[in-house]
Amino acid sequence: MSDNHGHHESHGHDNHGHHDEHHHEESFVSKYIFSMDHKVISRQFLITAVIMAFLAMTMSFLFRLQLAWPGEHFKIINFILGDKWGKDGVIEPGMYMALVTIHGTIMVFMVLTGGLSGTFSNLLIPYQIGARDMASGFLNMLSYWFFFLSSVIMMAGFFIETGPASGGWTVYPPLSALPQAMDGSKLGMTLWLVSMSLFIVSALLGGLNYIITVINLRTKGMTMTRLPLTIWAFFITAILGVLSFPVLLSAALLLIFDRSFGTSFYLSDIYIGGQALEQTGGSPILYEHLFWFLGHPEVYIIILPALGLTSEIISTNSRKPIFGYRAMIGSIMAIGFLSFIVWGHHMFMTGMNPFLGSVFVFTTLLIAIPSAVKAFNYITTLWRGNIRYTPAMLFAIGLVSTFISGGLTGIILADSALDINVHDTYFVVAHFHIVMGVSAILGMCAGVYHWFPKLFLRHMNKTLGYIHFWGTFISAYGVFFPMHFLGLAGVPRRYYSNTAFPMFDNLVDINVFITCFAILAALVQVVFLFNFFYSIFRGPKSEQNPWNSNTLEWTTPMENTHGNWPGPLPVVHRWPYDYSKPGKEHDFVPQTVPLAEGEVDGGGH
Amino acid sequence: MIKILVYVAIILTALAIGYLVRVFELASSLKGKKPEEITDKDNRLQSRLMLLFLFVFFAFTIWNLKSFIPKMLPISASEHGVTIDWLFNFNMAIIFFVFTITHIALFYFAYKYYGRKGNVATFLAHDNKLEMIWTVIPAIVLAIIIIFGLKSWSKITQPADPNSMVVEIYAKQFDWTARFSGVDNKLGEANYKLITATNDLGLDSTSAEGQDDIIVKNEIHLPVGKEVEFKFRSRDVIHSAFFPHFRAQMNVVPGMTTMFHFTPTITTADMRKNAEVIEQYKGINAVRAKRASIIGNGHNDFKPGDEKPVAFDYILLCNKICGNSHYNMQMTIVIDSEEDYKKWIASKKPFYTKAAPEVKAVAQK
Repeated sequence: MSDNHGHHESHGHDNHGHHDEHHHEESFVSKYIFSMDHKVISRQFLITAVIMAFLAMTMSFLFRLQLAWPGEHFKIINFILGDKWGKDGVIEPGMYMALVTIHGTIMVFMVLTGGLSGTFSNLLIPYQIGARDMASGFLNMLSYWFFFLSSVIMMAGFFIETGPASGGWTVYPPLSALPQAMDGSKLGMTLWLVSMSLFIVSALLGGLNYIITVINLRTKGMTMTRLPLTIWAFFITAILGVLSFPVLLSAALLLIFDRSFGTSFYLSDIYIGGQALEQTGGSPILYEHLFWFLGHPEVYIIILPALGLTSEIISTNSRKPIFGYRAMIGSIMAIGFLSFIVWGHHMFMTGMNPFLGSVFVFTTLLIAIPSAVKAFNYITTLWRGNIRYTPAMLFAIGLVSTFISGGLTGIILADSALDINVHDTYFVVAHFHIVMGVSAILGMCAGVYHWFPKLFLRHMNKTLGYIHFWGTFISAYGVFFPMHFLGLAGVPRRYYSNTAFPMFDNLVDINVFITCFAILAALVQVVFLFNFFYSIFRGPKSEQNPWNSNTLEWTTPMENTHGNWPGPLPVVHRWPYDYSKPGKEHDFVPQTVPLAEGEVDGGGH
Repeated sequence: MIKILVYVAIILTALAIGYLVRVFELASSLKGKKPEEITDKDNRLQSRLMLLFLFVFFAFTIWNLKSFIPKMLPISASEHGVTIDWLFNFNMAIIFFVFTITHIALFYFAYKYYGRKGNVATFLAHDNKLEMIWTVIPAIVLAIIIIFGLKSWSKITQPADPNSMVVEIYAKQFDWTARFSGVDNKLGEANYKLITATNDLGLDSTSAEGQDDIIVKNEIHLPVGKEVEFKFRSRDVIHSAFFPHFRAQMNVVPGMTTMFHFTPTITTADMRKNAEVIEQYKGINAVRAKRASIIGNGHNDFKPGDEKPVAFDYILLCNKICGNSHYNMQMTIVIDSEEDYKKWIASKKPFYTKAAPEVKAVAQK
């Protein structure tokens, strides 16, 4: 990982290739720790996210043990949770809820938002649009360090007396507003709110940067319709984030006020801990609206970048243009827009006005249309391709499969009448894990394998990659497919144990089945962790354009160059999807190659 | 000591794998091959694994359906529940159809079009007609799904029949209390500021409608065939009243009163005679019986009695995370024939039977 002191134009104004020879005296701290270089920052996001994913996966491993073998003693539970929360090797019920809470929070925010957007938007936006760096390297640096701080504080809850927040990752008040309600609503809940506030700051700084960079710093010839779909995805995602994260911040702030300053935004008519509370007039439903106003766009903030990465990986490895480039852009925009008007489908059972519920049913089912279009486009890109099965390609195909499977069960949940009996059951858990916890993670893995040469100048081992893919893909379906049936049998979410209800007694074997596959999935990730860290240091060195791709990041030299291109910025003449174009010498034509006499750009209409 | 050995073993294994990987890489680079290069052999193998996965996946899906459908909730025990079950099956038919054809396309193409030397991909960037078809057809199908769904939803959520029986369900950490509205079918006023040790629900003793209200805990009875309107109140945090057998659920939110109405159609006694239910409970009781030898051995959370056979019962459970005992907040519901219900409710005394004469006079006015 050697950084060259190449040309350094700050804030990327350079489009004319002036060759300033001013060298920056960079210390270790400014080069690797508080770096303002998008490439370093993307690695920082990635490694932090991988560590957080490992922690969150460990939490899920623990609570899956409890679900399959309730009350059984496991030494590892006592080893990890200690005598207070894992006495005799059994998880204490309050800690069980804390584990599911922090597992969800870390996976949704730190791993799938920070780790997906943070890593790949940072890595690819300047590269693929032909810019020297992000518009503001300073804000970018801050965005990472707020993310890091937020991650540390999120884990800090495990090191305090009363433990971490435990009201579910959604932390609805009054449960989360009243310290008397449970231990997980004491200091741990405050820490959660602080961590999330910092995370939101990180997301906003990052998102603003991405938007401004894409709009302003595209190189000559890079029109919006010559952008790779990765950039479109990151761009729309950043807009979603900038518009929706502040609303979560407001929800969190009002919750802080209710917890600490005696306000009644969310509280009314409560008798707890032996006394009637003073607050009246508030409503917990206000929180739900504010939370889900972010919460729903959030899941699209997660999946859109993964879909963008998939577009790129599938087309370059099929040696074909992505099918329906313009429809893909339209779908990304439609999904982005619609994602703001569907949040109520998380609240069908709150007692909301039924007519309002109908509106959300309608908009939610609408969003299925652009999603379907994208899935069909991926499948058609494979048709009559010349598929190169890199591990990344396998993961991309896995993403398409799980996106379809998970997305289809969304149709049941979108239908308010059907939601009556599956809301807050394991049917929901199965749905969002398959479409987000598996699909987006497969996309993230695909991105890591595919862009590893740009991140770390080396290749990951392909055999270990194949093992990682098949092990993960098969285990993931093994874990989450049977969960639908648990939900349809009436098993609620967030239950410490099902043994209090005789009607669930014959479902024990499903839980055991799920846990066994979960353990297998966790073990397979060790293969990935090994491959990842080993290859950073000892992987085979990569060439400049190992995948024979058209996009601009593969035209930069193999040493990490500050400013990306040592000379002038590249000039773009065509869209990025000229793979196997008839009449061309190679099966790919990089974007920098000028159009031939009479050649039409962009898909040959 | 064992712990240290285990750690050392793990580290050594990791090192061994690392060196193995290095050896393979060196060996292939000696042969002049780049270790990370994707060969035609790789492509062919992976493409075949893709096709194999398709078959295994479909077999797995069918196995899941066969094994687990019998364990799902039995026949709906409410009027609207029948509509919901039909709607669910209708949606699932469409979903399974789409799931099947897309997965066949995905994995078949992944199998057929694997990369090999000399092969050239077809440069097809878009096709207006095809894209129009697969945008319009899903739109139409979804429109149909929306129409059926919303028809059911508006029927289920329309206001309750004015003759329906009103019952309040009061939720708190961690139990349910029911309040039957008595002869006048009206619930008395309540206020959380009136809660005391003897007045759990904060009932207002001066409320005329409340004089005949009856409090019931642990197990409630309802008459079959009569619409009941549940009104929900919570004392402390959000709970959710989930009646899975009746296809009914409603959040219970502090600061507001939520409502859900349904008509039970099958008595508990009849449900216990249902063939599907008998099968299910055979399975349940078999699992329970097997526990007999392990109860109390300290390796599970079963209690004495958990090995005894049970009969089917309708249940109300909490379905919104509400605190540490969220997993054990339940109330039994018994659906009686009309006469049995009348007998049961007659055996219950109103909350204010011991009320002072002047309070009773208020009620009689």
